[in-house]
Amino acid sequence: MSPSPFAPTAHERHKEAVTARAHAVTLAATVALSLVVVALFVTLVVRAAPALSGALLWENPADKGKAGGLWAPLIGTVWLVVLSVLLVTPVGVAAAIYLNEYARPGPTTRVISLAVTSLAGVPSIVHALFGLGAFVLFAGLGASLQAAACTIAVMNLPVVIASAREALGSVPHAFREACWNLGASRWHTLRTVVLPNSLGGILTGVIFAVSRAAGETAPILFTGAVFFRAIPDGVPARLAPYGLDDPFMALAMHLHVIATQVSQMPPERTYATAVVLVTLVLLINSVAVVSRLRLRKHRKW
Amino acid sequence: MTAHLECRKLSVSYGGVRALDEVSFEVPRRSICAIVGPANSGKSSLLKCLNRTIDFVDTAKVTGEVLLDGTAVSKLRDVLGLRRRVGMVFPLPVGLPMSVYDNVAYAPRSRGVRAKAELDVIVERALRQAMLWDEVKDRLALLGTRLSGGQQQRLTLARALSMEPEVLCLDEFSIAIDPVTTMRIEEVLHELKRTTTIILATNLVQQARRLADQVVFLNAAKLVEVGDVVSMFERPRVMLTSRYLGGAIG
Amino acid sequence: MNLSRARIGERLIEAFIFLSGWSAIFGMAAITLFLLREAAPVVPRIDWHEFFTSTRWIPAPARGNEPHYGALALIVGTLTTTLVAMLVAVPTGLAAAVYISEFAGRRAREFFKVTIELLAAVPSVVWGFIGLMLVGPVVSEVTGAPLGTNLLTGGLVLGLMSAPVIVSIAEDALRAVPDSYREAALALGASRWELVHRVLFPAARNGLLAACLLGLGRAVGETMAVLLATGHANQIPHSLVDPVRTLTAAIAAELGEAPRGGDHYRALFVLGVVLLVFTFALNLAAELVVKGVRRRGRS
Repeated sequence: MSPSPFAPTAHERHKEAVTARAHAVTLAATVALSLVVVALFVTLVVRAAPALSGALLWENPADKGKAGGLWAPLIGTVWLVVLSVLLVTPVGVAAAIYLNEYARPGPTTRVISLAVTSLAGVPSIVHALFGLGAFVLFAGLGASLQAAACTIAVMNLPVVIASAREALGSVPHAFREACWNLGASRWHTLRTVVLPNSLGGILTGVIFAVSRAAGETAPILFTGAVFFRAIPDGVPARLAPYGLDDPFMALAMHLHVIATQVSQMPPERTYATAVVLVTLVLLINSVAVVSRLRLRKHRKW
Repeated sequence: MTAHLECRKLSVSYGGVRALDEVSFEVPRRSICAIVGPANSGKSSLLKCLNRTIDFVDTAKVTGEVLLDGTAVSKLRDVLGLRRRVGMVFPLPVGLPMSVYDNVAYAPRSRGVRAKAELDVIVERALRQAMLWDEVKDRLALLGTRLSGGQQQRLTLARALSMEPEVLCLDEFSIAIDPVTTMRIEEVLHELKRTTTIILATNLVQQARRLADQVVFLNAAKLVEVGDVVSMFERPRVMLTSRYLGGAIG
Repeated sequence: MNLSRARIGERLIEAFIFLSGWSAIFGMAAITLFLLREAAPVVPRIDWHEFFTSTRWIPAPARGNEPHYGALALIVGTLTTTLVAMLVAVPTGLAAAVYISEFAGRRAREFFKVTIELLAAVPSVVWGFIGLMLVGPVVSEVTGAPLGTNLLTGGLVLGLMSAPVIVSIAEDALRAVPDSYREAALALGASRWELVHRVLFPAARNGLLAACLLGLGRAVGETMAVLLATGHANQIPHSLVDPVRTLTAAIAAELGEAPRGGDHYRALFVLGVVLLVFTFALNLAAELVVKGVRRRGRS
């Protein structure tokens, strides 16, 4: 029987084999990356297991973190995140509105965009130096919750700007033109059509900023976070234990210190602290991921 | 009597490229003026000058003048008011991502009309004028973006009519809709002519012939010829006009 | 009239928007100025030749001795850890980007994208902890190194941290190549792999390069992970398992004990300026590389 005219030639078979190999190699890299990470986190959780309990979350740390729980650093992280997000969101969103809706393309806009990407690339320890020099010392805020929140806010500025800009950009230009033709001003158009339809995307960006703020350590090391601070008991006081002027405890800082500087630390407690921090950050992040997927499904156009 | 609308040596360029070159013509009150010409002949740029939405195009530079009732639009302090006097309908239907009702109530609301009863009247009138009322009266809460293309185009028209504009501009309104909707909108325009001056940019020569009183022929950014519809179609003075209107070039 | 009051409110909001538009420039300028301001007084006392060629970093000497500001070991520490990290992150990152963008089905793509996004979200102090407690012991077991915290451990952890950055930006770059290129190549009988390396790699070259540069930027600037996992030895490493110290780790470790306003404190700001310049240059390069794509794409 003569060979079919569509039978692969030797060259084509070779090409297919190379493709199959490339497929396998890239798949292996992707899986390896995911697997290594899953393995590391499973190990974390397994080693933390003996120390994981409800009390770990609710009780305050005692004896240099060797006893008690993680409440004081946890609530400190929450306050740090809330304050920094309150500071950065209005400015970041307004900056995105400026860049996307008002600015004319030109050298100024290019310089601003470059500043946004540069700011995003500034190392966290440099933010720490800046926070120390500018907020703690120059502005006289001292090492405090507010100084740390300002430092984190500056750090998250490019995150918020970039994601808000993307959200604004996803609203079709035709909607704006339609409103302008009806005699609506730029701001009125923004308020009534563009912002309502990009709010979800902007919020998603803010949630990403929140998750980043919750895990940062370097920028708060010297601007306000401390390893230990006694906080009062009782429910209202437990919810807002730190004043704006006070140094505060934070989960990331707590992990850093108990992992490196406390001798005779029971290892499962350190692992448990890491697990709580990772869980917190990933939970916040998942909220953002899920909300983004939902947004894509529920588009109004 | 002065013309309702007049262009005087109107020129537009985008970053040095001429899109409209010293175009002058007059449009009498309560008439339909068709602006015809092939793609890229400057029709859309001209319309954008009429309500000054050209201001939003960063690279555009405008010289010359548009006069509305004898007043230069570039001298008007109330640009937003100008855009309510000069309504605009786009080539592509755009339902805003809000309910049908809110779409039509958008312009009155941004002008400051708050009373529900008043808005109800405006919305119904505009939707009736645009021949959309019967189709949507039971689903005014539906998202404007969920209507069919032809309905969205009439919604766009209703939105423009909600402001009771004295001049209504339509830019190639029929390119994205079916012939039936096109015919219905053409009926609407005939009706509207009793109260409104209509500027119709189109490259459908027969549409211009059906509707217009006056025809302005643009080609390659320049005004070739202007005249009433009969003389333009039957006794054009310029060779190019007769070839274009006769369908030889497009 | 209330309409004009609305106009005033609108003007105020727009003023805030215009002002905020400059916030990124303002932030960048403030960071630069404050770093320079804090660093300036010590600059005349630094021997720049020593700074770049000596490993003697003794900013707080015993009483009666001269301080020394030789940052060579710190700079080399940063460069070597980054190099190890990139050796891990660039091949895996690019391969994963190719898989996700070109080979994976829709479900696999969604799954890996989310996984990698979560990977990028893990806080750096947790990565440092993982390096210290999990990767370090394995490294010391396998290589027989006396200490688990060393160049290799730090580099590996840093590589895992930088990989997600590279994956997501490289994937964007690959997906930005128009589908018409893919269809054309496949129609001409190219195999999937030929498509990737003959068509997509050249077309997305600049985007891929930018991805690597930004991954590099993250590795250079990373602090907590290297602070915990590289082992703090102010020396030039001679093997993969020697402990090293990076610029970032030096600042983080020493700033707490350096008296505010003293020479040591200011010398750490000098290190900060070096880091800032370095990462700014990387970002600028990445930006220019991406711009290059756009300019060529237009012509």
